[in-house]
Amino acid sequence: MNYFIIGFYALVIGASSLAAFYQKRTAFILLFSLTLVSFVMGIVGGEAMLWSVTILAGLIAFSAGVSYSFREFLVIILPNDMAKEMRTAPLTAGFGLFVIFTYAISGIFAPIIAPYGEAEVITSAFAPADENMLLGADQLGRDMFSRIIYGARNTVGLALLATILAFLMGATAGLYAASKGGKLDQLLGRIVDVIMSIPSLIFSLLLLSIFGTNTTTLIIVIAIIYAPRVYRLARSVGGNVVVMDYIEAAKLRGEGTWYLIRKEILPNSTAPLIAEFGLEFCFVFLLVAGLSFLGLGIQPPTADWGSMVRENATLISFGEITPLIPAGAIALLTVAVNFVVDWMLDRTSGLKE
Amino acid sequence: MGDIISIIAKRLGLGLITLLVISIIIFFAVELLPGDIAQAVLGQGATEDNLAALRAELGLDRAAPLRYLDWLGSALTGDFGNSLVSKTPVAEAIGTRFGNTLFLATYAAVIAVPAAIFLGVLVALFRNSVFDRVANVVTLTSISSPEFFLGYVLILFLAVKTGLFPAIAKIDDDMTLFDKLNRTFLPALTMVLVVVAHMMRMTRASIINLLASPYVEMARLKGVPAWKVIVKHTLPNAWAPVINVVALNLAYLITGVVLVEVVFVYPGIGQLLVDAVTKRDFPVVQACCLIFAATFILLNLAADVGSILTNPRLRHPK
Repeated sequence: MNYFIIGFYALVIGASSLAAFYQKRTAFILLFSLTLVSFVMGIVGGEAMLWSVTILAGLIAFSAGVSYSFREFLVIILPNDMAKEMRTAPLTAGFGLFVIFTYAISGIFAPIIAPYGEAEVITSAFAPADENMLLGADQLGRDMFSRIIYGARNTVGLALLATILAFLMGATAGLYAASKGGKLDQLLGRIVDVIMSIPSLIFSLLLLSIFGTNTTTLIIVIAIIYAPRVYRLARSVGGNVVVMDYIEAAKLRGEGTWYLIRKEILPNSTAPLIAEFGLEFCFVFLLVAGLSFLGLGIQPPTADWGSMVRENATLISFGEITPLIPAGAIALLTVAVNFVVDWMLDRTSGLKE
Repeated sequence: MGDIISIIAKRLGLGLITLLVISIIIFFAVELLPGDIAQAVLGQGATEDNLAALRAELGLDRAAPLRYLDWLGSALTGDFGNSLVSKTPVAEAIGTRFGNTLFLATYAAVIAVPAAIFLGVLVALFRNSVFDRVANVVTLTSISSPEFFLGYVLILFLAVKTGLFPAIAKIDDDMTLFDKLNRTFLPALTMVLVVVAHMMRMTRASIINLLASPYVEMARLKGVPAWKVIVKHTLPNAWAPVINVVALNLAYLITGVVLVEVVFVYPGIGQLLVDAVTKRDFPVVQACCLIFAATFILLNLAADVGSILTNPRLRHPK
C-alpha cells in the first residue's frame, strides 16, 4: 500500500459519502459507481490501472469544466434570444460547440499555427517527440503536429464542401418536387430509391475505381451519393408545408414556384434541415476518412487524417499511440457534431414521453 | 395467410427489379470510362494491336447491351468472368472470401443483437436517469467513431499491451472453430461496438415512443410494475421498428466490414474489393459490388417482411 492508493480510495469514498449526505442523487450515483469500478480495477490491474482510472476521470472532469465555461462564455457574448437557448443546453452540447470552434480555428489559421509545412521533411522517419516536435514525426520524417493541423483544413474542408454540394442538390430537388408534385416527383423518388439501395461505401468505391481519385471527383461522387438522403427529408418536410393555407394563398396571389420555395417553404422547414445538415456532415466526414484510410481519398502529400492513420499504422504493433491521434481527431469532431445535433433534435421535436 | 404471401411476393418482385436496375448501373458505369476498359487497363502507351487483342478477348467488339445480357446471365450461374490482373476466374477468388466475410458478420451479429435489445430495454426502463445519460454519451461516441479508430484502439489495448487476443485475423480452413473465433474476436468486437450502439438507441427510441399510448397508461394504473409494462406491453408493439433496425444493421455489418477487414488484414470480400479498386480490376469490382448490393437489398427485404409479420396493421393498407 502506498500513499497514492490510500489517497485515491479515501478521496472517492469521501466524495461519495459527501454527495450522499447532501442528497445529491446524481452525483452520488456517479461517484459511487466510480468507487465500485475502481475497487474491481484495483484488484485486477493494480496501481497502474488505478492511475489510468484517475487520468480518465480527470480528463472527463476537465472536458466537463471546459464545456461549462464555454457555454457560459457563449451565453454572455450571444444576443439575448440565442443566449436563452444556450443557458438550457446540456453540457454535451457545450462540449460539441467548443470542439467545433477549436477545429474551425485550427483549420482556418493552419499556416500560422503549424510550425512546419504539411509536406516538409524535417527529420528521420518515425522520430520520437522532442522540444521541436510535439507529437514526433511520421513515416517520412514530417512533423505530425503540423500535419494534424493542416488535416483539419484539408479533410474537414473537403467533407464540408461535399456536404454543402449534396445539400444544395438534395434540398433544391426535394423542395421543388414537393411543390410541383406529379410525374417529376415520382421519377425523382424512384431514382432516389435505387441510389439509396446501394451501400454508400460500395457505391463510392465503384465510382472512384472508374473516375479515378482526385479532389474534384471525390467531392462530386460523395455529393451524388448523399444527395438522395437529403432529398428524402426535404421532400417529406416540404410535403407537410405545401398543404398549408398560406401556400395556397401565395399560389392564388400568382407567385411562381421558385418564390414559393424560397420565401414560403424554406423558412418553415429550416429546423429539421439544419439538424440533417449536421448528421449528413458526420456521414460524409466518416466516408471521406474511410476512403482516405483505404488509400482512395485525398492523395499524398496533402495532409489528411484518414491516410495518416494508414501510413503510421505499423507503429501500433510497437505500442505507440501515434496512429490513434489522427483517428481520434476524426472521432472527436464527429462526436462533437453529433452532440450538437442531438441537442438540436431534442429541442425541436424530442422524443418525449 | 393468402394476403401475407401476396404482400411478400410483391416485395420480393420489387426487390428483384431494384437489383436488376442496380446491375444495369454497375455494368454501364464501367462503360463511362474515358475510352474503354482495354484503354484503361493498358494505359496510354498501348499499341493498336495490343488494344485490339484485349478488346477481342473481353468481347468488347460487340454492342454494350448484348454484353450486359451475357454478363448478367453468367453472373446468375455464378460465373463472373476472369480477373484482369490474375487472369483467374473471379468466382474462385470470391467464393472462400465471401464465406469468411459471412462468418465474421454472423459472429458479430450473434453477440450484438441480443446485447443491443437487452440494453435498449434497460435504458428505456431507466430513462432520464444517470445510467441513461451515460449510455447516451457512450453510444453516441461509439457510433461517431470511424471503425478503424475503434479497431486500432482495441488492437493497442487488447492485443499489443495485454496480449489477450491476436491483432491479425488471418484464418484458413484448417483451423478449429474455437481457433477461428479467437482469431476473429477483435474484428468482431469492433463491429459489435458500432452496431450495438445504434440498435440500442433505436430500441430505446421506439419503446419510449410507445410509452405515451393510452394502453400503457392503463397498464400502469392497474399497478403493473415498470419492467413488466415495457417487456409485456410495449415491446411486442415495438418489434416492427426494432426488427427493421436489426436488419438494417446486419446490412451495415456486411458492408461496414470493408474497413474492419483492412484494419485486421482479414481475408474477406471487402479487402478483395479494395485491392481490385486500387488495381482497377473491373470484373472483380463489378462482382463484389453486385454481391454487396444483393445482400443489402435482401436484408432490407427481410426487414420489410419481418415488420409486416409482426404488425398486423401493415397487412391491410388503407
